[in-house]
Amino acid sequence: MSEQKKDSKQYDFDWGMKVKPVYAPDDLKEISQEKDIGNPGDYPFTRGNFPLMYRSRPPLNRVYSGFLSGEDTNARLRYLFDRGMKTMSIALDLPTQLGLDSDDPRAEDEVGRIGVAIDTLQDMEDALKGIDLGKVSTNITINALAPILLSMYVATAEKQGVSKDQIAIVTQNDILKEFVVRGAWIFPPRPSLRYTVDVIEYCAREIPKASPVSVATGHLRSSGANAAQEIAWGFEIAFAYLQAALDRGMDVDQVASFITFTFHNKLNFFEEAAKYRAARKIWARILKERFGAKNPRSLMLKSFGGGGMEELTMQEPLNNIIRETLVALGAILGGVQGVGLCCYDEAYTIPTPEAQLISLRTFQILMEEAGMGDVADPLGGSYYIEQLTVELEKAAVSLMDEIEKSGGIVKAIEDGAIQRLQARGAYERQKQIDSVEKVWIGANKYASEGEEWDVKLHQYDPTIQMRQVEKLNKVKKERDNARVEKCLKDLKEAAESGANIMPSTLEAVKAYATIGEMTKVLKSVFGEFKQPSVF
Amino acid sequence: MGRNSPIRVLMGKPGLDGHDVGAKVVSMALRDAGMEVIYSGLHSTVDEIVQMAVQEGVDVIGLSILSNAHLPIAKRIIGKLKEKGLSDVPVVMGGVIPKGDIPLLKEYGIAEVCPFSTPLDKVVEAVSKVAQQKG
Repeated sequence: MSEQKKDSKQYDFDWGMKVKPVYAPDDLKEISQEKDIGNPGDYPFTRGNFPLMYRSRPPLNRVYSGFLSGEDTNARLRYLFDRGMKTMSIALDLPTQLGLDSDDPRAEDEVGRIGVAIDTLQDMEDALKGIDLGKVSTNITINALAPILLSMYVATAEKQGVSKDQIAIVTQNDILKEFVVRGAWIFPPRPSLRYTVDVIEYCAREIPKASPVSVATGHLRSSGANAAQEIAWGFEIAFAYLQAALDRGMDVDQVASFITFTFHNKLNFFEEAAKYRAARKIWARILKERFGAKNPRSLMLKSFGGGGMEELTMQEPLNNIIRETLVALGAILGGVQGVGLCCYDEAYTIPTPEAQLISLRTFQILMEEAGMGDVADPLGGSYYIEQLTVELEKAAVSLMDEIEKSGGIVKAIEDGAIQRLQARGAYERQKQIDSVEKVWIGANKYASEGEEWDVKLHQYDPTIQMRQVEKLNKVKKERDNARVEKCLKDLKEAAESGANIMPSTLEAVKAYATIGEMTKVLKSVFGEFKQPSVF
Repeated sequence: MGRNSPIRVLMGKPGLDGHDVGAKVVSMALRDAGMEVIYSGLHSTVDEIVQMAVQEGVDVIGLSILSNAHLPIAKRIIGKLKEKGLSDVPVVMGGVIPKGDIPLLKEYGIAEVCPFSTPLDKVVEAVSKVAQQKG
């Protein structure tokens, strides 16, 4: 029977794979069952890190939360814990991420707006009050100032009687991607890199359950990179951290398992599941062959997946619940260790509790009602998925070779080469949206003009800055200011001498030094990044 | 339509948010449409952006805001432009801006608003229009 293709739709993937209408046994011919696919829990871990996968290690679900004050954030976290949330993911406001106290003129209009305002240890204590830090794991999305926020978390835990070796904490601490996208940098790349490695070194010694670096290559994906670039750029950034730690005399098996990844998905869950499979395989092979890792834990890629914020529409926002369900499926079917979904209202602003609850419920329904995680790598063996995995692996490896041949990722970022590629990708994508080559249902196709959906949105409370400044002033008045001075002096000495920054940061934090005070000291030693013009 | 020189646009990224993909994409589209685009860089204050507008003698200021702080920033930049005698420089705002806030932004004096998911040709059109009106 002769068939005609119905329209001019583009089916190929943007990283170069031509997609056929159907896949068949022949497509598996070049793929080795033993070398390419293997078993869950066995090298090269294409099918997952563990033999029983989610039956032994259920994935965690991060619900990114934080707004206004520590108390406000604490109430929201408890609301979510009461509804089955098992791990915390803390969103910080921009002044905190950039080392500005709430009374800094540059913090105006931004205090507590997109995350919780943290000026001193007091705010962290308020945010985590009544939450047993020995029982839950926590992600803190902090990059330029990871040592400070990590220290605040450690100090809060110690006050609860929880020792460092019981703490499960993820700090994003991925500064290199901040220079490409997201822009939450403070210091120049080289001292930033040293600062990053200080955290890895400290955690390897003191906080064995920490993940001191979570390479957030998903930010590159959501800002214009394709799936192959997401793997390639993320891995090259990870190798830069790894190499910097090795250069300091650490052993690969001390470091590798401390580096985890945060990927972002788009909606095609076949492509995304294949991405995690390909990424695990590449990571295992390079860690073994190039870095000589011996511990199986070093060979396992630990990945969080989710995101998809750039796929959300402001129009008909409830449709975003369906989009995020597909994002979650790609991550779960791909065998991630954790999932972090966007909420349906996040095309507008940070989420309401109701929107966060739906995001939590989406994950719970997929895992516990639908049984999507019951069987390890359920897509494995599919002609299409295996072909996709191998093709994506080839595309990513070839991009990695290119970067390495042209001088490495740090140089590519310093030169703005990655920034240009990423901006170009974003521009092309926008043109595809405008021409409806990329479809957004209800937004650029089948749009219901003039009809507005009435959605309740999060409202910012502008009195927060005043409240936060009052609290800051109270802390400053009550603390031992001589001790703070001494701690800031020690911090400066550590920064200058090249000693690990963590112990003196922890002491300063415990003395209730403010983020702004500590950042000022560090700026005086490390300098400030001057953004080159990249476009 | 009598202008011979290309429209000069200052693309500003006010505030602490570093998500600048939108600013970059719009800048590329404006450039492809023949305009000259100068970028403020990240973490700029409103004062710095107005200062740059003065120095560069731009026809239009574009602002990209994703942090939800668009209302106070709009108020501040319009006030600052007035103070510097630059009330004739139109400001076009883009980013994550709920439709409900657009009338208020216009009331503050923002010339055009192109919220998230506005097609690029419409953004180019909006910038050209306000630049022509400025004359």
